[in-house]
Amino acid sequence: MTKLLNFRELALALILVVGVAAIGAYQPVFLAWDNIGDLLTETSVLFMMALAQMVVILTRGIDLSVAANLALSGMMAALVSQYYPDTPLLLMILTGVATGLVLGMINGSLIAFLGIPPIVMTLGTLAVFRGMIIIIAGGDQVNASEMGVSFQAFPKQMLLGLTTPVWIAVAVSILFYIFLNLSRAGRGLYAVGGNPVAARYCGIDQRKQELLAYSISGAVAGLCGYLWVARYGVAYSEIANGYELTVIAACVIGGVSIGGGVGSVAGTLLGALFLGIVMTALPVLQISPFWQMAISGAVILAAVVINARAERRPDKLILPEARRIGRVKA
Amino acid sequence: MNAPMQQPESRYTVLDAAPRRLRDVLLRWEVILVILLALTIVVNTIVSPYFLDVFNLADATFNFSEKAIIALAMALLILVRQIDLSVAAIVALAAMGIGYAAEAGFGPAALFATGIGIGLLCGVFNGVLVTWFALPSIVVTIGTMSLFRGLTQVILGDQAKTKYPPEFLELGQSYFVKMKETGIPWLFVPPLPLSFLVFLILAVLFGIVLHKTAMGRKLFAIGSNPVAARFSGIPVDRLTFLLFVVSGMLSGLAAALLTARLGSMRSNIAIGWELDIVTMVILGGVSIAGGVGSIVGVVLAVFVLGLVTFGMSLNNIPGQVVSVYIGLLLIAVIAIPRIVDKLGFRTGR
Repeated sequence: MTKLLNFRELALALILVVGVAAIGAYQPVFLAWDNIGDLLTETSVLFMMALAQMVVILTRGIDLSVAANLALSGMMAALVSQYYPDTPLLLMILTGVATGLVLGMINGSLIAFLGIPPIVMTLGTLAVFRGMIIIIAGGDQVNASEMGVSFQAFPKQMLLGLTTPVWIAVAVSILFYIFLNLSRAGRGLYAVGGNPVAARYCGIDQRKQELLAYSISGAVAGLCGYLWVARYGVAYSEIANGYELTVIAACVIGGVSIGGGVGSVAGTLLGALFLGIVMTALPVLQISPFWQMAISGAVILAAVVINARAERRPDKLILPEARRIGRVKA
Repeated sequence: MNAPMQQPESRYTVLDAAPRRLRDVLLRWEVILVILLALTIVVNTIVSPYFLDVFNLADATFNFSEKAIIALAMALLILVRQIDLSVAAIVALAAMGIGYAAEAGFGPAALFATGIGIGLLCGVFNGVLVTWFALPSIVVTIGTMSLFRGLTQVILGDQAKTKYPPEFLELGQSYFVKMKETGIPWLFVPPLPLSFLVFLILAVLFGIVLHKTAMGRKLFAIGSNPVAARFSGIPVDRLTFLLFVVSGMLSGLAAALLTARLGSMRSNIAIGWELDIVTMVILGGVSIAGGVGSIVGVVLAVFVLGLVTFGMSLNNIPGQVVSVYIGLLLIAVIAIPRIVDKLGFRTGR
């Protein structure tokens, strides 16, 4: 765990470096600082959302409501900016984060304390959150002209050559690294996902861990909601439609196991970066943007095949499933 | 945790199955759905005078029949602990194939065969990845969803396919069975669109296979415990593979019915359907953990969702607000029995 990158992540990083170098050799403009800055800015939301999704997947869960949460939290922040333009910027951002956190806690508490399967719960809240946007905004959208100036300017501000969303993504990534590797609660997430029964015997409360995971996922979605709305200057109900699957794809490419307990910050960031590069490289290479989806699909499949081979354990348990069930009943 | 029990005579004790417990739960679930359905019909009839009209109801079935057809296959997949999120993308790919075949001058039967054929190939691809490579189906089908939809986008770009033979469009846009009065009041043959008729026939077929044949029992066995099922000689991988192929074929069939109804297709056709279909199946009482579910439940859930949506659209409620109610319904239907269970547990013991 002390190693920053394991072998598979090193391989993914190598593929990325070779790929970027090849694109750069063909179109040098791709390696221009401006373009790299744009790439990182465009991908910053995906970096954070993928990390948050990883935390949920670590506990053997899944959060399909993140994109809807992002859109609803973004709308809340935009509405505050529209109707209370004098609110300090930090408070507007916190509105987004707090909305996201509350929505995440709703998911988390019902999943953890009622035992509703995560996929069912978040599928339900996905529909509810999307519809809530229409209800709270009265069916309208919030346009750039209706949002505050500082509200929109913040994600475009430059700091040391990079935009603020990139720096926020860096800070969030460092926080996630520290949280997942050095904190008791972070290690608990791995324990719960790796072997829930063993985690229970170690005194780790699975329900608290699940609530924590979905709350983190929600809060990050809320933060990204503000960034998204402020950056693109519009808030409406269809924002980031289907984005939850891109986020999960980034995790899968980054080596997060859907079975829980396996995944790292570095791998997930690389997975998100991969998708970000594919999205920005296509126009540079003058390939139709219609290829983007097919390429990410092929990459997801390749990644999952490779991951499955790497994950195969050296010691073969006979009937691992049966044993697991046996222990639960003991 | 309790101390391990001492069993001097035998290492294993086989308890008798708790009598009728599972059946009670199933019964209760379908009763909930029937009550929901009755409630939906009563409320809608009171609110809108246009609801209980044979032709309006027949037209309402257009909006959910294609999804409902795919939901039948999805129910079996979820029953055996798998899921297919690529169904909507298969619909898009198959619809594109139908579009090209129609331009090449194929007739209605050949167009349906094209759709089902493309669906079959997609299903085989999913099935191979899930069973031969032993990969989790949720990840595989998220990948193939992007792949199939992406291929449609690559080939079609921003174009639309709009040329179809009139006989093909006739199948999708008119009633397959016409309204017939028999002279006796309240007794008549209702008008039936082809897609709804296909759904009803397939539902009966799936119900018989799942609940009345050995194969159906095998599917329940796989869903309850795949390892035990394999050790009992059930070809788990082969049946799982078959279900993915069926799911692909029904998606292709739905694509044919949908294109015939719409008379045009773009690469974003049927987008987001996978989540609607999974909602139908889960509301129908099929457990995401596998091994529990019934076709009757799924059919009831299809009607509940279809009529709720139709009733709300009659009252000019926007689609996304309808989805709030459907999302809440899904969560409530899953949560309420659990809450009752918890309360019962606390007070009863």
